[in-house]
Amino acid sequence: MSKQHIRATVNGDAVDFLCEPTTSLLNALRDELRLTGSKEGCGSGDCGACSVMLDDKLVCSCLVLAPEIDGRRVETIEGLAQDGQLHPLQRKFLEHGALQCGFCTPGVLVAAKALLERNVDPTEEETRYWLAGNLCRCTGYDKIIRAVLDTAAELRQERLPA
Amino acid sequence: MSYHSPTSVDQAVELLASRDDARPMSGGTDLLVQMRSGRLKPGAIVDIKGIDRAVGSRAQDGGFVIGAATPCTELLDDAALCAAWPGVVEAANLIGSVQVRNRATIGGNLCNASPAADSVPALIAAGARAVVAGPQGERIVAVEDLLAGPGWTTLGKGEFVLEFILPVREPGSADAYLRSIPRTEMDIAVVGAGINLSCDASGTITAARVALGAVAPTALLVPDAGAALIGSKLDEAALTAMGEAAKAACRPIDDKRGTIDYRIAMSAVYARRAAVIAYNRSRETL
Ligand SMILES: Cc1cc2nc3c(=O)[nH]c(=O)nc-3n(C[C@H](O)[C@H](O)[C@H](O)COP(=O)(O)OP(=O)(O)OC[C@H]3O[C@@H](n4cnc5c(N)ncnc54)[C@H](O)[C@@H]3O)c2cc1C
Ligand code: FES
Ligand code: FES
Repeated sequence: MSKQHIRATVNGDAVDFLCEPTTSLLNALRDELRLTGSKEGCGSGDCGACSVMLDDKLVCSCLVLAPEIDGRRVETIEGLAQDGQLHPLQRKFLEHGALQCGFCTPGVLVAAKALLERNVDPTEEETRYWLAGNLCRCTGYDKIIRAVLDTAAELRQERLPA
Repeated sequence: MSYHSPTSVDQAVELLASRDDARPMSGGTDLLVQMRSGRLKPGAIVDIKGIDRAVGSRAQDGGFVIGAATPCTELLDDAALCAAWPGVVEAANLIGSVQVRNRATIGGNLCNASPAADSVPALIAAGARAVVAGPQGERIVAVEDLLAGPGWTTLGKGEFVLEFILPVREPGSADAYLRSIPRTEMDIAVVGAGINLSCDASGTITAARVALGAVAPTALLVPDAGAALIGSKLDEAALTAMGEAAKAACRPIDDKRGTIDYRIAMSAVYARRAAVIAYNRSRETL
């Protein structure tokens, strides 16, 4: 098997690496780029712990081949906090205690951010459907949903004209 | 294994025909899972998303063409398509989660050939045809004629599905798809029902196609069920006759999601519910 040379933009930075063609994007992120925030819960698209943005679309990085990202843009959980400032979702997750073991959290945060970028005023039902591809063994989801809805409320407040 | 991302149909056909273990890939949501589990070991993956015609949807000759490798969620952005073929679009957008639908395609859903594939009954009911590209050029095939059995299609060596053609829409026509699943999201259909019908200004049904999923080795077109609706205004007698025809066509399996008896009974229930939705939608277009 010959390795493939991949050039892409990850969290705004140009990256360049070699990988086997069968490597998943998730493994490339974790093993080649040392971005270990994205987790592997299942490797089969069921749990969402590996959620990342690929050219502004929410995807499971375990179901993307690394060679597919050549020339494209990827955003991971590592890109959520900016200049040492937590993203409002991250702050609200802490405030609401919306995590226990934290294994699902990176994927949930990336997915929730994608939701709020499309719709800053989602209903609880819309939020639950949107996050249906993110499994959590610990929280029972309720605090996750509350944290997301509370973040949405805060973001709407910020957008009100002064 | 090697990964290829051809940008032309000819390149893709050449790559696929060059070795027996080459596989087309669209969204990869079935293929990569099957590779990981060891069920499939392709020697070459031919990613068709780089081919212009394989992605996006467009109006053509009064109908629509959908690239076989268009992610299901992208269909939602085509307002004209959603208005003309709401059942096809809703069926494709019942698949998996947002993450999965941003990758999964109707081409992959069809060619994976799961008996429970959600978009397939909707495509069959719609009378969708597939444009198949291969070493002999292109041919156009009815979607139902591409299905051979669980996991098997009638595609030949070097062939892949490039596009789907949805027919011209007359006023008074609409489609719908419904499935029964044990959960509300992220599960596999126990029964799926796709209905496409047309009615005249008085509300009398003039044409109808009924297709069922998850009740036989492949998705089924049930001509008798469609025929039972024609000439009616979707009254109880017509719905009952359609339901009986649907049940008579079922050859399901028993598994943890549903027994044979349950699937057969539910095929009539879901076909009826989908028919009511399609009928109400068709009336709105008059
Ligand atoms: C978590 C999860 C949930 C899911 N839920 C559902 C569900 O609710 N309903 C449902 O129906 N499915 C479901 N699926 C299965 C899968 O997502 C769908 O079948 C999807 O439509 C497959 O499309 P794809 O483009 O990803 O296919 P791929 O994985 O790219 O391909 C599937 C198969 O078709 C072949 N192929 C792909 N494109 C072509 C082509 N254009 N021409 C010829 N052959 C081709 C491939 O070689 C492969 O054998 C789920 C999958 C996951 C991971
Ligand atoms: S690891 Fe990708 S969905 Fe579970
Ligand atoms: S916090 Fe443990 S899986 Fe969600």
